[in-house]
Amino acid sequence: MTTTDTTARPTGFVRDTAAVYVRETRPLVRDPFSVIFSLVQPLVFLGLFGPLLVGASGGDVAGTLQWFVPGILVMVALFGTASTGANLLFEMQTGSHERTLVAPLSRSALLVGRALKEVVPLVIQGTIVVLVAVPFGFSIDVPGLIAGLGVLAIFGIGFGALSYALALACRNRDWMFWMVHQTLLFPLMILSGMLLPLEDGPAWMQVAAAVNPLSYLVDAERALLAGDFTDPNVLGGLIAAVATCAIGVFVGVRSMRKAR
Amino acid sequence: MTNQPNTSNQMITARGLTKTFRAKGQTVEAVRPLDLSVGEGELVAFLGPNGAGKSTTLRMLTTLLPPTAGEAIVAGCDIRSDAAGVRRRIGYVGQGNSGGHTQRVRDELLAQGAFYGMGRRETRARAAELIESLELEQVATRTVQALSGGQKRRLDIALGLIHRPELLFLDEPSTGLDPHSRANLWQHIVELRRATGTTIFLTTHYLDEADQLAERVMVMDHGTVIADDTANALKASLAGDRVTLSFDSSTDAAAAASRIGGAVVAGDPHVVAVTAQGGDRALPTWIRELGDAGLRVVAATHRQPTLDDVFLALTGRSLREEAAHAGPADADADRAGEHAASVAA
Repeated sequence: MTTTDTTARPTGFVRDTAAVYVRETRPLVRDPFSVIFSLVQPLVFLGLFGPLLVGASGGDVAGTLQWFVPGILVMVALFGTASTGANLLFEMQTGSHERTLVAPLSRSALLVGRALKEVVPLVIQGTIVVLVAVPFGFSIDVPGLIAGLGVLAIFGIGFGALSYALALACRNRDWMFWMVHQTLLFPLMILSGMLLPLEDGPAWMQVAAAVNPLSYLVDAERALLAGDFTDPNVLGGLIAAVATCAIGVFVGVRSMRKAR
Repeated sequence: MTNQPNTSNQMITARGLTKTFRAKGQTVEAVRPLDLSVGEGELVAFLGPNGAGKSTTLRMLTTLLPPTAGEAIVAGCDIRSDAAGVRRRIGYVGQGNSGGHTQRVRDELLAQGAFYGMGRRETRARAAELIESLELEQVATRTVQALSGGQKRRLDIALGLIHRPELLFLDEPSTGLDPHSRANLWQHIVELRRATGTTIFLTTHYLDEADQLAERVMVMDHGTVIADDTANALKASLAGDRVTLSFDSSTDAAAAASRIGGAVVAGDPHVVAVTAQGGDRALPTWIRELGDAGLRVVAATHRQPTLDDVFLALTGRSLREEAAHAGPADADADRAGEHAASVAA
């Protein structure tokens, strides 16, 4: 993601996106521990909900973790990127966002550069969650993990872009941003089957899960982290991630183009 | 006046620039058709109370807000057809603090350089230069959220200057700063001007700011420019200094008023007020002559007219009072109306 200025520099959209991306990533490089802060919630679920799940299912710890950890990875992607719009919201309330609007930057780059920033913390956080689970019996399939993180990154870019679009729509009303955020996040999480299997739920829940892209993502992550690339769920999850990404970036870019 | 250079060196020209907002079925004329020209190298202050339309004008000229009607050429580029050209050439320091709160000061300057397509080496050198000239060395590796108000404002100016713009817009540069930081900021602006000859266009609702900084003052009220001249010429147009003479009795005051041309008994029946050119020189003469006539002056005041007097003469209202009433809630009155309108739209 680095561009050199000794050779011919890229121009236009690519250069602008790189400039925005580098700015967004710098605080992360300066203060890497900020990546770990947002891991608290997923780790709490892993440490406190995991044992309950083991007890309730009656299965062994390793087997339960193999089922549960992929769901936690999706949770990391969901919670990590859903609130990223709050940064933009804050920058709209100060003069920071306005400054970028007066700069000769393409509006699309302002959105895409920000959305791409989600990838690095997401991959780091996902890796930490998996490593934490290893001592308790979780086994890593390296190609599967890499592919799984890749699919999550695609989803994260799209969901982050949607969060920015929400921030742009809420402008000076940050309460509305958080209201929408809270209203959507937990239903999305529960109706994805990431915490408990939905097969035992009522029929309407299974219908809801069928239209929730996250449930496809969770199923795909379970297959990938087990190293099973041939599972048809993998394709479903990839489609869900790419669709989220396409819709997110489209909506986000549209909102940013209208931004003042 | 010679304050308007020849038309070939115009940095800003606007013709009939207009902005109306529609909010809740009401039409607000934020800026009425406005003609404006600023020559290369000028330092112009746009003075007026909150909500006068200053920021809206500024936001149109900086391409942040599309005008309802009219046209403007800024730094040689049309704001409608070549917004990108305008953006490349101007620097803009808005009302809010423009550094990201989790960003370090130097990092934010480097990012800003990249935004303007500057090479990495060039940006580093320029950032170092600005950090030094704007006294930010001590805080260069601190995050923006740890800076004082004055330091944040100096960073805003540094960010606006990274690409050496030929024209710099400053929107309410010293609002919210303590007196020491304000004086310090003004000094930096004056120094910048002296060193680089950058054209500066600033808005302010502070009289002293316009008076201290600007050679030329445009007074705006209710979306219209009601005066445009040098600060001194504006003050001189009021024809003279303000002198008051106080007496022991109202009969003495009335008698004195009849002896001095243009003098009136103002408010207090013991006090005579007069506006006169060279009032400071006339004052001792008046006191002596009135004394000879048996009218003893017990107190006298003399002051030169201020821009507040200019504003009072033009609008019948005191700008100083309006500034005092302006709390943080309506400091952004221009923008608040605009937000309301864009939400409604």
